[in-house]
Amino acid sequence: MKRLTIIAAMLLSGVLSFAQTGAPFIHDPSTIVECDGKYYTFGTGSGGLISEDGWSWHSGAVRSGGGAAPDAIKIGNKYLVVYGTTGGGMGGGHASQIMTMWNKTLDPDSPDFRYTQAVLVAESLVDEDCNAIDPGLLLDPTTGRLWCTYGTYFGHIRQVELDPVTGMRVEGNEAIDIGRNMEASTMMYRDGWYYLLGTHGTCCDGVNSTYNIVVGRSRSVNGPFIDNVGRSMIQGGGKSVITTEGRLVGPGHFGRFIEEEGVEKMSFHWEADMDQGGRSVLGIRPLLWKDGWPVAGEAFREGTYAIQSVRSGYALELEVDFIRAQGANRGFGRGGDAQPVAAIEAQKLEDVISTWPEGVIRARNGYYMARPWQRWSIIPVPEAGGYLGGPYYKIIIAGTERALAANSKAEVETVPAFTGADEQLWRIDQLTDGTFRIMPKSIPGHSEPYALVSLGDSSPTLAPFDFHNDNCKWDFRFFYPVE
Amino acid sequence: MKYSIKIFLSLFLSALVAFSAAAQKKNAKIDVAEALKGYFTPVTTPSVTPDAEGFIRRWMILEPISKPNSTNRVFTDSYTRENLSVEYFPNQLTVIPKDGDKVKVRMEYQPPVDLTARRPAGNQQDGPKYVDATLTWHALDSDHFFIKLFRFATGLGKDRYGVIFWTVTVINCEEDIENVRLSVGSNKAAMWWVNGQELLLLSGDRHMGVDSAVSERITLKKGRNILRGATMNGPGMSEICVRFIDDYGKPVTNYTITCN
Repeated sequence: MKRLTIIAAMLLSGVLSFAQTGAPFIHDPSTIVECDGKYYTFGTGSGGLISEDGWSWHSGAVRSGGGAAPDAIKIGNKYLVVYGTTGGGMGGGHASQIMTMWNKTLDPDSPDFRYTQAVLVAESLVDEDCNAIDPGLLLDPTTGRLWCTYGTYFGHIRQVELDPVTGMRVEGNEAIDIGRNMEASTMMYRDGWYYLLGTHGTCCDGVNSTYNIVVGRSRSVNGPFIDNVGRSMIQGGGKSVITTEGRLVGPGHFGRFIEEEGVEKMSFHWEADMDQGGRSVLGIRPLLWKDGWPVAGEAFREGTYAIQSVRSGYALELEVDFIRAQGANRGFGRGGDAQPVAAIEAQKLEDVISTWPEGVIRARNGYYMARPWQRWSIIPVPEAGGYLGGPYYKIIIAGTERALAANSKAEVETVPAFTGADEQLWRIDQLTDGTFRIMPKSIPGHSEPYALVSLGDSSPTLAPFDFHNDNCKWDFRFFYPVE
Repeated sequence: MKYSIKIFLSLFLSALVAFSAAAQKKNAKIDVAEALKGYFTPVTTPSVTPDAEGFIRRWMILEPISKPNSTNRVFTDSYTRENLSVEYFPNQLTVIPKDGDKVKVRMEYQPPVDLTARRPAGNQQDGPKYVDATLTWHALDSDHFFIKLFRFATGLGKDRYGVIFWTVTVINCEEDIENVRLSVGSNKAAMWWVNGQELLLLSGDRHMGVDSAVSERITLKKGRNILRGATMNGPGMSEICVRFIDDYGKPVTNYTITCN
């Protein structure tokens, strides 16, 4: 029964940590764009979602033009929005248009909020081997040129070049075929590679939708885009980026959001969130890079972990006495090996907690020994809000309410009980290399966005984050359900 | 009275002209090369080899058999097997057709596609209606690594959605070729046979990817080997790509391909 309770608790906590909160209902979301401190994404139809913090999403974004599956990008101080005038023709014709339009702001309450007249940049005729829907935009950081891909299962994925100043088709530009048999194409660039992303599988079928996101890459912006086994995207290839995960079904419509170097997120929709009535919802995951390929990171799971510094492998712990575990000193070479083998009980919280001071205890790093002062339960705090893709967490010593906190000296300590104060709330971002950044929501008396950093093997502190420095990175290991 | 006769004659002549035009259109011989231009070329050589990546481009393709499917969600394993196991024409699992051979088929009627609509027209309100049709086999070389069955249908003015395509080709080997695997990419449900042995069943709403489904090892025997496929679509595109590969995923190319 206890086991069932734990599993139920995990599932419940999974709801909190896996999906965006609020009312994140959207289909075919555009790449998330930040505008004046808020996040925006547009979907099929005329609307979209807004978020103040990147975690709680609500309807309210406004897009003119109707149609389906838009994308959006900030260029200079303006926002370019592209959309298809239809959602595709499955069993009829395939006439459709790709339109672009500008806005000075995405905030519908701003006096500057006004879309320009949409202009046609690409189209498909009623019966050609392309269906001009699902556009995606890439502003090539190496050349400043703007590219738009579009298409669906009906024929080719095509690429055209747009003028990044006007948003119109570059004069004389001819569309080229760069993929086939997928939907929701878009491109991105990283480290000399251009990536073409698309969605395979069936959309719009609720919990039976088989949508999944795939990718190929090329050294040229025009392809050919090859997958991990050598298949071209124009041959139907594609390496997996993300698939259905448990009760979240059918990821599609990839978008990339770079927060800063080493901190990237991918947006998409789940065709159906079984915990939200099977509705299509916004998904946001860490975007990782492994061997030059993008893959979706994991949604952080509530649980009990060791928090280990990538610098040294040392684990975050309380600055308390090392209490020796009992009954394990057998010695070597004394002939005792003939005795029966029996398991040794692990040290328990109650074996050591009475030796701990009652007030503030500093945090430090030490050899990881799976001891009670090194076991941290990490639990989302829904009422505390969040950040792009995640909620704030409390980090407490397992079995206690002793909470990790930032103090006014920008150092890290633990306080006897979690109060919900901002300095006791922690943001956890999985980095592009799979390790994690841990940051307090705020530091008393400080405005700098410091992260948890190991300046010495044993010495955690709060300091500027540097993706290229392992002092700034952490691993969460040895997962257990929260006790 | 004279006025009435004028009207009658006028209507009669109009009807005669319309009937004549329709009859001419019906009897007009389609220029297959022109109709399938950009996708297929009528066979003009005795044999070909697979292309550099091993794709088989020469096929006998039967004009599509109407089998209305208004959605791709129906293509389960059992539905696919059940509906591709129906005998649509005599000897459909053994025939080695010649270009221009005719096949009489009794098949479900479906209304012409409305290209201004987003979805295919329904056909089930009153239950299926059946029509007798005479379909023709065409010997074709694909202009691409894939076989765009959809354009085969549209080019010949046939039903494009909710149809079954039968495809046959002959693989000629100078020696036994052991441990090869049939590789098929298909964005619709399909079944495939080599020398009468069922090797692959592809179900679901798929996308056509190279090597999407690969059979167990077989031996292509010395001499003629008959490769046969049946592909069933609903709405949307239908295309296939077919080759033989080895255990390393490399294409097998040491054979020739003929139509019969």
